[in-house]
Amino acid sequence: MAATGEVAVRLRGARLADALVPVLSIAAALALWELVTRTGLISERDLPSMSSTVRELWALVQTGDFWSAFLHTVRGWAIGLGLATALAVPIGIALGSSPFAASAFRVPIEFLRPIPSAALIPLLFLTLGTNLRSEIFLATFGAFWPLLVQTMYGVRDVDPLALETARSFGVRPLERLVRITLPSSVPYIATGLRISSTVSLILAFTAELFMGTPGLGQAVNIASSFGLETQLYALALATGFLGVAIHIAMTQLERRALRWHPSQRPAAA
Amino acid sequence: MTRGTYRALKVASEVAVPVAILVAWQLWTVQAHNPKFPRLSTILHTFQDMWLFSQFGTNVVPSLERIGLGFGIAVVVGVALGLPLGLSPLARKAAMPHIEFWRAMPPPALLPISVLLLHSIGNRQKVAFIAFFCVFPVLLNTIDGVRGIDPTLIETARSYGVPRRERIRRLVLPAALPQISAGMRTSLSLAVITMVLSEYFSSTSGVGYVLLISKNTFQLAPMWAAIVLIGVLGYLLNVLFILVERRLLAWHRGWRMATPV
Repeated sequence: MAATGEVAVRLRGARLADALVPVLSIAAALALWELVTRTGLISERDLPSMSSTVRELWALVQTGDFWSAFLHTVRGWAIGLGLATALAVPIGIALGSSPFAASAFRVPIEFLRPIPSAALIPLLFLTLGTNLRSEIFLATFGAFWPLLVQTMYGVRDVDPLALETARSFGVRPLERLVRITLPSSVPYIATGLRISSTVSLILAFTAELFMGTPGLGQAVNIASSFGLETQLYALALATGFLGVAIHIAMTQLERRALRWHPSQRPAAA
Repeated sequence: MTRGTYRALKVASEVAVPVAILVAWQLWTVQAHNPKFPRLSTILHTFQDMWLFSQFGTNVVPSLERIGLGFGIAVVVGVALGLPLGLSPLARKAAMPHIEFWRAMPPPALLPISVLLLHSIGNRQKVAFIAFFCVFPVLLNTIDGVRGIDPTLIETARSYGVPRRERIRRLVLPAALPQISAGMRTSLSLAVITMVLSEYFSSTSGVGYVLLISKNTFQLAPMWAAIVLIGVLGYLLNVLFILVERRLLAWHRGWRMATPV
């Protein structure tokens, strides 16, 4: 009894340390930030102190302007990701299930995929103009490729035996697609979705920063042009939090959607 | 249809479709007469004029330099930080919140800050910006690679009295190398993206600078030529990387499996 009690105490201690170490580490980083500005190691004009940045962020989140910018960015992200999914998944399924189509479009895909979407900004500037359409085009273009490639791999990885069995039982193509191909490629698509969600946010923000469409990117650009350093840092912080929130949400979604799938059974690293 | 004709058709389509796209582009632009969409022939001509090789030294070399330096620094820092973090659970617990935060940060959000902090729009700021964001794929893959090593191997080496340095050099580093190189590959394409972003934000030279200037002066053909160049650069760097990787990891039977595309 005493021994199990001791183990339990030690376990609880370990769990407490587990929770405490990250918290302490974050606190230490924030303290260090405060220190380097207070001691003048880095001038406050280059790096506002942690306390004034947090205060600025606190003031910002109480304004409607901030939330309007925030929601604009979220809107660009969501529409971009949604459109990319709507396009990439069907095309990926088509290219993935036909080796012929896959080889026909291999070269165009391999050449278009690595083009950084940011390089398209000047082109969009002059064609679509500086508006929401450009932002959405950019976010969609960037988010399209990871999803397309993942879907193609997913479809190619479908167990051929299952497909052949269904075929010999007279299951129609559409039903084979819905019952076999799609479910078994979901893990790949989910991973693609997670990667693309990050890309879509980056590009929505990039469009706002460089083209001045409303959103956090535009707010950062304005703060930077008017020399509002504290606001600039506060906005960057807010953008980082948005990125973290999206990352966590998509990881959770991936896990939840795939609870039935063997890949999720061992604790995901 | 025999298997032979099927395969021949497949190869033919692999060539025919890209060619058809290019021909369609040329035909459409010839009849559309839209200055925003120059003819393919004009773009290729401008490409040749600018990049082969009159502006190569002034604008391509600086960009490549920044990619090379930023990527190089990122690999060294990523591996140097990733090894201890992979080996020590405590250090990992302490570092993870910071890594998770910074890698989720959209890179352009730090562009104005990088200029402010480093008092520079030159190489110092560009290289630092590229290196900062390229660290994360290398770092995370190094951590995962090190964590994936069979603990028995490390314990065996330890019980045979292999000193720590040797253990890392001969065991940990080679075992994690396939995954480190997968991270490096992601970082390399990220380096191209961050190079374009940083040069497009503020600069006096580079491919991104050409992009910005040609946009501001409405020079459509040079702008298209710059976009094509960036695509070609990204493609060639990737090919180069795969060649080097294949050579470096030839000893590793499972390296293909450790390299997600």
